[in-house]
Amino acid sequence: MITVKNVITPSTTAEAFEALQQNRFATLLGGGAFLRMGSKNITTLIDLSRCGLHCITEHDDHWEIGAAVTLGELEQHRELNRQYAGLPAAAVREIVGVQLRNVVTVGASVYARYGFSDLITGLLALPVKVRLHQAGEMPLETFLEQGAGGKDLLEAVIIEKGVCKGGYVSLRKTAGDYALLNAAAAVVNGKLRISVGARPRRAALAHSAMSLLQEAAVTLNESSQMIWTEEVIQQAAETAAGELVFGTNSRSSSAYRQHLCRVLVARVLRACNEGGGRS
Amino acid sequence: MKLNTTINGVAKILEISPDAYLVDVLRENGCLGVRQACDTGNCGVCTVHLDGRAVLSCVLLAVKAEGREITTIEGVPEAAVAIARCFVAEGADQCGYCTSGTVMNILYLEALVAQPTEAEIMHHLKGNLCRCTGYASQLRAIKAYFAAKAGREDLLPDEAAAKHLENTGATTADNVPGAARPISGEGKVAP
Repeated sequence: MITVKNVITPSTTAEAFEALQQNRFATLLGGGAFLRMGSKNITTLIDLSRCGLHCITEHDDHWEIGAAVTLGELEQHRELNRQYAGLPAAAVREIVGVQLRNVVTVGASVYARYGFSDLITGLLALPVKVRLHQAGEMPLETFLEQGAGGKDLLEAVIIEKGVCKGGYVSLRKTAGDYALLNAAAAVVNGKLRISVGARPRRAALAHSAMSLLQEAAVTLNESSQMIWTEEVIQQAAETAAGELVFGTNSRSSSAYRQHLCRVLVARVLRACNEGGGRS
Repeated sequence: MKLNTTINGVAKILEISPDAYLVDVLRENGCLGVRQACDTGNCGVCTVHLDGRAVLSCVLLAVKAEGREITTIEGVPEAAVAIARCFVAEGADQCGYCTSGTVMNILYLEALVAQPTEAEIMHHLKGNLCRCTGYASQLRAIKAYFAAKAGREDLLPDEAAAKHLENTGATTADNVPGAARPISGEGKVAP
């Protein structure tokens, strides 16, 4: 249960950031769904819904997803999903139900760096940067490793544009539960990324497997597509399972997660071979 | 603190606590069709529309409704009756506790997709749990509702069949001559 003394609704991120710095017990309000699960005494709740962060905007060389965009809006955005092989939608579509996805925001999900996050795994497979109010822009991978370096405010997620093919897959014990493991792979502008999350640690890139695949790819002349043989895919999946660290929790043991990693990484790579879409 | 919002088309200024959740505010203000159960955003019985989108009112702080339009089951009586008829005809109502939330989510689905496929219906309703596990009958009812919307009234149970259902207490279409049959294979809508 949470208690809140005061709610403010700043109209700019600068005002919100200032309020956040002034009060050590101040808390940013994204969707608020995860706040509901915990217990916290909040003196000032900073509602970001009036800060102009609720748009998905296409620019010449990138897409900008405002922090207050809900997972439902991300899932339903046709053009964004068309350009990224349906990966953003695939990364969120198994999260509980459509009503929860209409509440939860992209900014809160990414800023919190949840280990169980499906969204982060999907985004990490794409060339994504985050824009923080104070720390500025940084690659998502760096942000996931280092955090914001203090109390900061995530303004937007920025995805570099490019020809994309990718795949996303997760495994759950029951629909609506957290994933035992999730994985995504995408090739954007000829560069491959493989991410694995819910390990149960936060998502990470499988760099060795990515290097192996980058070198072993057969490039088709007419489309510049990268294609891998089944043997190479199996080798890369094994490499990913070997290089990443897995943990044990109530949902799964580390050994089972490591085994799943081989299977899920192979599946998302096959999805890339096939041209993209949900695996 | 004051909350300026619109509930079912009526502008309201409500006095709320800063940490009040929307479900509590709505129920305290007479919208008792908004049910309350899990309080953790999992079961879907508290579903309402916020600016036309289905949301879970149990995880949404009421302050997020400032300046926005809320629609509860009380605000859509005609549409709710149309869906409820299909639910009754197919025995999908059972204890009825989840029905209002499910109806609100079906109406949201209708706003997104005019004629959803079975897969779309099942995916869309994953967030509406039914403790009576009436998923198969709900799926039949929802299909019948959309079939009627498409002008395929022949697939809908007629008034007589629906009345017969009520009178006999029959719970499946199989018991009622002339009542709707599943359009295709059924499955669970949610775990």
